[in-house]
Amino acid sequence: MGAQVHGTQPFDKNKRTEIKFNDAAMATVQTIISRYPEGKQKSALLPVLHVAQAEFGGWLSPEVMDYVASILKIKPIEVFEVASFYTMFNLKPVGKCVIEVCQTSSCWLCGAEDIVKHIEKKLNIKVGETTKDGMFTLKTAECLGSCGTAPMMQVGASYHENLTYEKVDNVLDKYKSEGRQRNYTDLDYNNTL
Amino acid sequence: MGRKLLIHNDKVPNIHTLEVYRAHGGYASVEKALKTMTPDQVTEEVKKSGLRGRGGAGFPTGMKWSFLAKPEGVPRYLVCNADESEPGTFKDRYLMEKIPHALVEGMITSSYALGANQSYIYIRGEYFYVSRILEQAISEAYAAGLLGKNILGTNYSLDLSVQVGGGAYICGEETALLESLEGKRGNPRIKPPFPAVAGLWGCPTVVNNVETIAAVCPIVMMGGEEYAKIGIGKSTGTKLISASGHINKPGVYEIELGVPVEEFIYSEEYCGGIRNGKKLKAVVAGGSSVPILPTELILKTAKGEPRLMTYESLSDGGFQTGTMLGSGGFIVMDEDTSIVKNLFTFSRFYHHESCGQCSPCREGTGWMEKILKKFLNGTATEADVDLLWDIQSKIEGKTICPLGEAAAWPVAAAIRHFKNEFIEIAKNKKFVDISHYNRLNKVTA
Repeated sequence: MGAQVHGTQPFDKNKRTEIKFNDAAMATVQTIISRYPEGKQKSALLPVLHVAQAEFGGWLSPEVMDYVASILKIKPIEVFEVASFYTMFNLKPVGKCVIEVCQTSSCWLCGAEDIVKHIEKKLNIKVGETTKDGMFTLKTAECLGSCGTAPMMQVGASYHENLTYEKVDNVLDKYKSEGRQRNYTDLDYNNTL
Repeated sequence: MGRKLLIHNDKVPNIHTLEVYRAHGGYASVEKALKTMTPDQVTEEVKKSGLRGRGGAGFPTGMKWSFLAKPEGVPRYLVCNADESEPGTFKDRYLMEKIPHALVEGMITSSYALGANQSYIYIRGEYFYVSRILEQAISEAYAAGLLGKNILGTNYSLDLSVQVGGGAYICGEETALLESLEGKRGNPRIKPPFPAVAGLWGCPTVVNNVETIAAVCPIVMMGGEEYAKIGIGKSTGTKLISASGHINKPGVYEIELGVPVEEFIYSEEYCGGIRNGKKLKAVVAGGSSVPILPTELILKTAKGEPRLMTYESLSDGGFQTGTMLGSGGFIVMDEDTSIVKNLFTFSRFYHHESCGQCSPCREGTGWMEKILKKFLNGTATEADVDLLWDIQSKIEGKTICPLGEAAAWPVAAAIRHFKNEFIEIAKNKKFVDISHYNRLNKVTA
């Protein structure tokens, strides 16, 4: 096992032994698996990867993918081929808050480029980079279904819409002062529709 | 005011809770269908209604249902396509977020009609928080005996759960969605076999869009014939339109099919006109995949008749002078908009979202993005316009799934109707973004 997963990061046998869901996360995973018929537990892969990403630092290391494979009783490569297909799974370490600014048509029409430039300047990073303190990663995203409330950015579970520079500043300052990791799976989402 | 059947209660406080939803007549279609109708009778009403798939393709729903194979002893599945990802489209999100029980109710009534005892809602991963809202609604429905064993004391049982995706536009294509639901990469399958014969885990499956499934409730309540009286011709019922771009009132509007496009754009009831007092330049009427039309062709057909918000009227004139209703993602652009740059955002999107299975799409979408980038850099030549045309023509019809067409059509339409803009950039050797005013300023001057 293990070395079968060829991610962009090296596989570390010692780290692998330390990877384990806590009880609450394991209970969530078991609930997800129970939604599918007997023997079809592979179907749980995407939702379980979301849980894993949230639990293990916001990205999927080869060790984490190997662990998920062991839980779902599938081969590690089956996990990697899925994780590498879908945009939402990070295969490299990211900041605690991943900022995703939508850049497709309606958002572009309403000023998404200006929002991106503003954030680049504010955080002193370019798209694709992470701040030195490990707090923020800036990304652009393709249509997030918020076209009527453009421009917008997603951070973890929260949609921040009808953005202005001031709104962006407030959100990012707040996140920075709170300092915690934000995940798609968070329950305290704050959508502003 | 047109009739509203889907989101008429969207402003009612706490309509997302079972209690308030039921107090406003919610779950009546479950009561009616399970207690007084056979599954085939429900399907019959849907057929009579003329309801067409609201995800974009517009295929008659009743017919799709009647194709479902029903071999003995094999489970059948209803899967709701909530992978809304077509740029310009956010109606399903609105419906699920505001009135989640409308989808849950539709899932129960539709599953009953199809004889499915296990159904899934596959929702795009970015809508994770919406999946929480749906899960809350589902657990309320279980507690009230509307889901689970022997629903409302009948002998019909149904389990319903939500699965989140991982951020892939292609999973809105129904066979890619099924692959993803099975825990795989979202690579579309070759059809046939169609999902109605071999779908989820190889079993007969119907995949329907959120809005389609929600529309089944009013159809059951009012009867298919009554529903079919709304709208014009083969465009029956109401449709949710996601309006965005340079308009005064972006948002989700439920319209009776048949509203004139001009009224939709300019009336206070809908988009409220172009913002900042600007003039209309172009509209993408049905999500990014459908051909863009200039003002004169979106307001009137080539024959000079008023263009209506119906499947037929929007496609009048074919792709030469018409477009499609598609998903109802209505993107409006003012006179300052660069059609070339907007097209670039579309082509970048399709390149990003191509699953990579078919070479024409995998390579072609990348080439188109690269060439359009040359226009933005001012390094394109006039020959690049012909090259773009050539590439798009070689993608269309040569791929397993319609993503190829979806990527090709916007390029073809932009060149067809706005060729001058491309030529001008190529001649001047520079691209000037003509959108000068502050785009973040939404307030009408």
